Amino acid sequence: MKRLLLSVMVLSLMVCVSSPAFAADKDDTVRIGIFLPMTGGVAAYGQMEYAGIQAANKIKPTVLGKKVELFLVDTKSDKIEAANAVDRLIKKNNVHAIIGEAISGNTIAGAPIADKAKIPMVSPTATNPLVTQNRQYIFRVCFIDPFQGEMAAKYVYDNLGSRKAAILVDIAQDYCVGLANFFAKSFILKGGKIVATTYCQTGDQDFTAQLSSIMAQKPDILYIPNYYAEVALACKQAAEIGLNVPVFSGDGAQAPELIQIGGKDVEGVVFTGHFEKKAASTELAKKYIAMYEKETGKEASGFDALGADAYFVILDAMERAKSINGTKVRDALANTKNFQAISGTINIGADGNAVKSLVLIQVKNGNFTYLDTVNP
Amino acid sequence: MDVTILLQQFINALSLGSLYGLIAIGYTMVYGILRLINFAHGDIMMMGCFFAFYGIFMFSLSWWASFVIAIVLTAVLGIMIDRGAYRPVRNAPRISALITAIGVSFLLENVGLVVFGGRPKGFPRPEFLGTIHELWGVRFLGLLIWTPLVTLLLLAFILFVVYRTRVGRAMRCISFDMETTRLMGVDVNRIVAITFAIGSAVAAAGGILWAMKYPQINPLMGIIPGLKAFVAAVLGGIGNVTGAMAGGLLLGFAEIFLVAINPDLAGYRDAIAFAILILILLFRPSGLMGEKLPE
Repeated sequence: MKRLLLSVMVLSLMVCVSSPAFAADKDDTVRIGIFLPMTGGVAAYGQMEYAGIQAANKIKPTVLGKKVELFLVDTKSDKIEAANAVDRLIKKNNVHAIIGEAISGNTIAGAPIADKAKIPMVSPTATNPLVTQNRQYIFRVCFIDPFQGEMAAKYVYDNLGSRKAAILVDIAQDYCVGLANFFAKSFILKGGKIVATTYCQTGDQDFTAQLSSIMAQKPDILYIPNYYAEVALACKQAAEIGLNVPVFSGDGAQAPELIQIGGKDVEGVVFTGHFEKKAASTELAKKYIAMYEKETGKEASGFDALGADAYFVILDAMERAKSINGTKVRDALANTKNFQAISGTINIGADGNAVKSLVLIQVKNGNFTYLDTVNP
Repeated sequence: MDVTILLQQFINALSLGSLYGLIAIGYTMVYGILRLINFAHGDIMMMGCFFAFYGIFMFSLSWWASFVIAIVLTAVLGIMIDRGAYRPVRNAPRISALITAIGVSFLLENVGLVVFGGRPKGFPRPEFLGTIHELWGVRFLGLLIWTPLVTLLLLAFILFVVYRTRVGRAMRCISFDMETTRLMGVDVNRIVAITFAIGSAVAAAGGILWAMKYPQINPLMGIIPGLKAFVAAVLGGIGNVTGAMAGGLLLGFAEIFLVAINPDLAGYRDAIAFAILILILLFRPSGLMGEKLPE
């Protein structure tokens, strides 16, 4: 009996030890892990990005002669879940590269784990500067918030002639806090004045108190750099209490839910975004838009395009590295030059950040309408 | 702060507070009778919103028909939850029922995520509730007039049922001593089912009004209103229906005027709500209007 028990233990130990190594050796597929918010407060981003990645996978299903396999883990829009997701993708699925997360706070939570494991990670849309700071293996295919905030300030100051700005910022999100600060800094530098800054938290539904106190300061622009659900509700409540000033927002506004929830109260809202169909210029963009719209029956927009861009950038780096080894792919990613992506030309430097243009988008007649492209 | 803004904040507080109160009365009623903190209350409210939403968009019902059907369906759901989850642990220690309630809450949220999807949906607002009225420079939605009215109506209905009907007498007996009530020949399970039906129907009504004020529904929308309603119920004296209403209004005013007086503190809004909960539990566990419990 004792002997039997012992042999079972030894056998199970052998299986435990050998199976991951066995899987890692047998690289007949390239495994890409994806961690995105498929449910929860910012589910729209995750679902759009995942649909974009799937369309990209349809366009380019292989790299280096191997089939690309996708592994998705839902982060439930939560930081802790995000960190666990990265851990699981690396340990359980033995992924070679990771795409995610959609929002800055969750990407910051997951980044150290990928960095430590030396698995390259590319975030489609985490725009906060801290995401890639002091990280070797973390990259992104979107612009960063100092640029976005500066361009927002420039637009409202020069084009709308605003001089007194009020800000409603979600203090529970790294993205919102960062972007609000960069906007305020640039706006003051240009000669504008921030007359009110008030706070809310992700998941809040009532902003009437904050908006009423903003109204008392008589601003001529309202800057709301939050996620779509909060932006839509805030716009609705601003209209209800009679705070009739133009609203400006960030890339987080580009979800169909903004219009679906906000209705006529988000008409005229302008925001800085990643990509708009009408601004598409590259070959890949045309191919992608056709594929995405055929697959999903929905119009291609910012978040899905960036999800796909993250996928293409990783595959491009693998091809240039002629390897799927983490360190080699990392070096190739850090050396991405003039990559003709869907959202325009992407250059990635050693700091992991992409240098690229942004688009200005306005809500008009219940649709996102392209206004202009701004180059860095 | 000028007078118009002050009045506007007063209106904001009234509209938020009466919603908290409305959700809290269902919460507190179930507690008052069963001594069970139904943590799934906020999620039952969420289900009510989705029933109404699908009634309008999938079955193209008129809004009032869909609201009525949603309330009835939610009441049925309440009975089913009681039958499936709470009745089996009726005679177990109270902590088991509490844990079951938390389980039901997670179950509803996650089933909601699978069935309804995680992305928020816009909730429709009937024309007359969405019109904006203006009085002395203060603006408010038509909804604001109706929310306190509906709340008072439901409050009167609950008080009538509990204190003026045979079923209500049985409910009060159960809250006193379930075993003895059973010995007196009262069908306890039927009375408890009715309690859950009423509690859930009130939750659905509250949820629908909530969703019209904040027209964004998702499977996790019940969590925060549920917690706030819990605070309101404790503040008013848990088990006391009138107290829950008062607690809701007080909480609404506390939250709004914290921001109104000092906008820099807006980030601490939820912290204030839960600090109130802790203080009440520490210094006056029976709440403002609750009877002293001989524990």
